[in-house]
Amino acid sequence: MRRVLVFLPLLIVAVLGGFFVWGLNGDRDPNAIPSALVSRLAPAFDLAPIDGIDTPGLSQADLIGQSDASVVNVFASWCVPCRAEHPVLTRFAREEGVALMGINYKDRAEDAAGWLRELGNPYDRIGHDFTGRTGIDWGVTGVPETFVIDAQGRITFRFAGPLVTEQAVGNLRDALITARGVEPGS
Amino acid sequence: MKYLALVLILIFSVPLWAVEPDEVLDDPVLEERAREISKNVRCVVCQNEPIDSSNAGVARDLRILIRERIMAGDTNAEVEAFLVARYGDYVLFKPPFKPSTYALWIGPLALMLLGLGVAGLALRRQSGRPSEGLSADDLAEANALLAQLTSKDDDAHNSEQASDPRDPDI
Repeated sequence: MRRVLVFLPLLIVAVLGGFFVWGLNGDRDPNAIPSALVSRLAPAFDLAPIDGIDTPGLSQADLIGQSDASVVNVFASWCVPCRAEHPVLTRFAREEGVALMGINYKDRAEDAAGWLRELGNPYDRIGHDFTGRTGIDWGVTGVPETFVIDAQGRITFRFAGPLVTEQAVGNLRDALITARGVEPGS
Repeated sequence: MKYLALVLILIFSVPLWAVEPDEVLDDPVLEERAREISKNVRCVVCQNEPIDSSNAGVARDLRILIRERIMAGDTNAEVEAFLVARYGDYVLFKPPFKPSTYALWIGPLALMLLGLGVAGLALRRQSGRPSEGLSADDLAEANALLAQLTSKDDDAHNSEQASDPRDPDI
């Protein structure tokens, strides 16, 4: 018993030290909020289209029981990083041949329509979330945010922030491949 | 007089709240509940600020949402569950007590008890030592040494007395 007790301080120091090493890890983002929605079904919502553009609106039914996975992107015309990720997202949707759904977050219809006319509209459907209530249902903490939804309608991946780095786009691609039921890299 | 007025203003001024007049519920009891919930809900944009004192857009939306849930007849726990379903435990400043947070809640107390235990053990061991006394052999040796010392002292005193007239006991 006494022999075991001798090693107790060492064990405590090792556990605490391991915790501190984890805390000092530069790759860890202490501001990242773990998503409560990953692996759950997309929340119930039904959003009207943006007035002034032809793209149809978006509801939960458009995400559940589809033939393929889809990508949901939360954006706004007043959001500068959204502008930065727009061309990346456009290219990504074309290259992967994936349905890109938009949630236009707390935006005026005319501003959103003008923004899409100026930069191009890569979205298959866009829901106009003027009040931001649907954004709360999705656990959105800011714009832009991007989700991957599998064919059954389950959220498999969430990314908060603009998709501008290669790493972010790579993670999204891997998540999409996984959601489509194919192992990454094959 | 001017200073007195200034001091009184400073003493009786209340902190500026982010809650805007149009958000406030008519029923003061329900409003009090909304404020109570808001103080434990983290603003998801500013993170270290409760939504009660945050000016962020999402914080305002969440405050209004909380009031809507209360008006719809939700209990405080139901409102919190509603928010946790969307933002996770993270949204609460006081995380719930459950298996994944046992280390968080019990850890500091367990470490303190462990420290007190170790300190108590060490103290008891130290204070126990002197009361054990000397063994018979040690006592005999010590007495022999003392006897040796006192006899030497006597010699020294005697020789000193010869040259020094002062009283050696002083």
